[in-house]
Amino acid sequence: MSKANLLDRRQVVSTLLADRKDVVAIGGLGASTNDICAAGDHARNFYLWGGMGGAAMIGLGLALAQPRLPVLVITGDGEMLMGMGSLATIGLQKPSNLSIAVLDNEAYGETGGQTSHTSAAVDLVGVAGACGIKDSRAVTTMAEVEAFAKAVHDVATGPRFANIKIDSANVERILPTRDGTYIVNRMRGDLGFQPI
Amino acid sequence: MHARADAADTATESGTRWPDDIFATLQRFDVRQVPYVPDAGHATLIQRVLESPTMRGIPLTTEEEGVALLAGAWAGGQRGVLLMQSSGVGNCINMLSLIPILRFPFLTLVTMRGEWGEFNPWQVPMGSTTQGVFELSGVKVLRASNAADVPAVLEAAAAQAYNALTPTAVLLSQRLIGAKVFTK
Repeated sequence: MSKANLLDRRQVVSTLLADRKDVVAIGGLGASTNDICAAGDHARNFYLWGGMGGAAMIGLGLALAQPRLPVLVITGDGEMLMGMGSLATIGLQKPSNLSIAVLDNEAYGETGGQTSHTSAAVDLVGVAGACGIKDSRAVTTMAEVEAFAKAVHDVATGPRFANIKIDSANVERILPTRDGTYIVNRMRGDLGFQPI
Repeated sequence: MHARADAADTATESGTRWPDDIFATLQRFDVRQVPYVPDAGHATLIQRVLESPTMRGIPLTTEEEGVALLAGAWAGGQRGVLLMQSSGVGNCINMLSLIPILRFPFLTLVTMRGEWGEFNPWQVPMGSTTQGVFELSGVKVLRASNAADVPAVLEAAAAQAYNALTPTAVLLSQRLIGAKVFTK
């Protein structure tokens, strides 16, 4: 039931993370976390295998702790819907180095493809904007993905939000590490922090 | 309007007020991010945090946001503490699973409702299960029942949370904060 002209999720995420430099990337529970791994494992990748609804808030905590680093949350529509209140919290804090990209296939792909609220009613671009995230974009072309990827590196003008319409095709599973302690300590080490 | 009956003992042995003791301990442990859902019992502490040049008070829409925020803060090199009331603990349950998985320092300060002179029956079920929910979720529970307890309990809680990565909740009892009453 994929519609014509929708973007390919792997191509979108590869573009968002191409030439990533010092970007910290957080992948929300579901296919998004696999997508950031497929784009290349990295010490600054934060893979979520649980905590549904928490990806944007992990991004906020990181962005506030590291205000000079670009922080990019890449998550799905279902995961974002579960944490929709976090858009209000982020809109209030206005971390200028935080970007959120939602890969919106209008479905819960991991659980059988049941339709999500974005398929018929909910406009996440409008939600983010109404929550105070002024740079809130509806993305439907790769040129717009490239423009957003470039904007992510500007740590002075966020927060920004992009809802990227992708097709609902299932892609090859590329699984990142499931060891959360390793993920966090690897990132902390890369940011220059010692173990306790 | 809502008000609180005066708690009998707001002053600690040193003569300071207990929220000031909490603030001083958090400062000493270099706590930087303070997510919260407001509660009358936390009002003084929240005000101190919002006035602090080193701490960032972060209002949440629901308490589980704060658990995820603290995970991100730690990955980025900062310590935090989550302030909430007992009814918010239930909102956190699934997100508490991040704590043992990611192994970040977790300290939460919970003002209790549903005990000690509670007038509102709707607060009682969650207030009664708060400690059990934490313990089933792998979070150690300490309790401060009066102002004199607060400095030592906070010191122990912060030490084990930040130095030993022992997830810890401090329950600030309704006896300490004063039972909420309706006034005209």
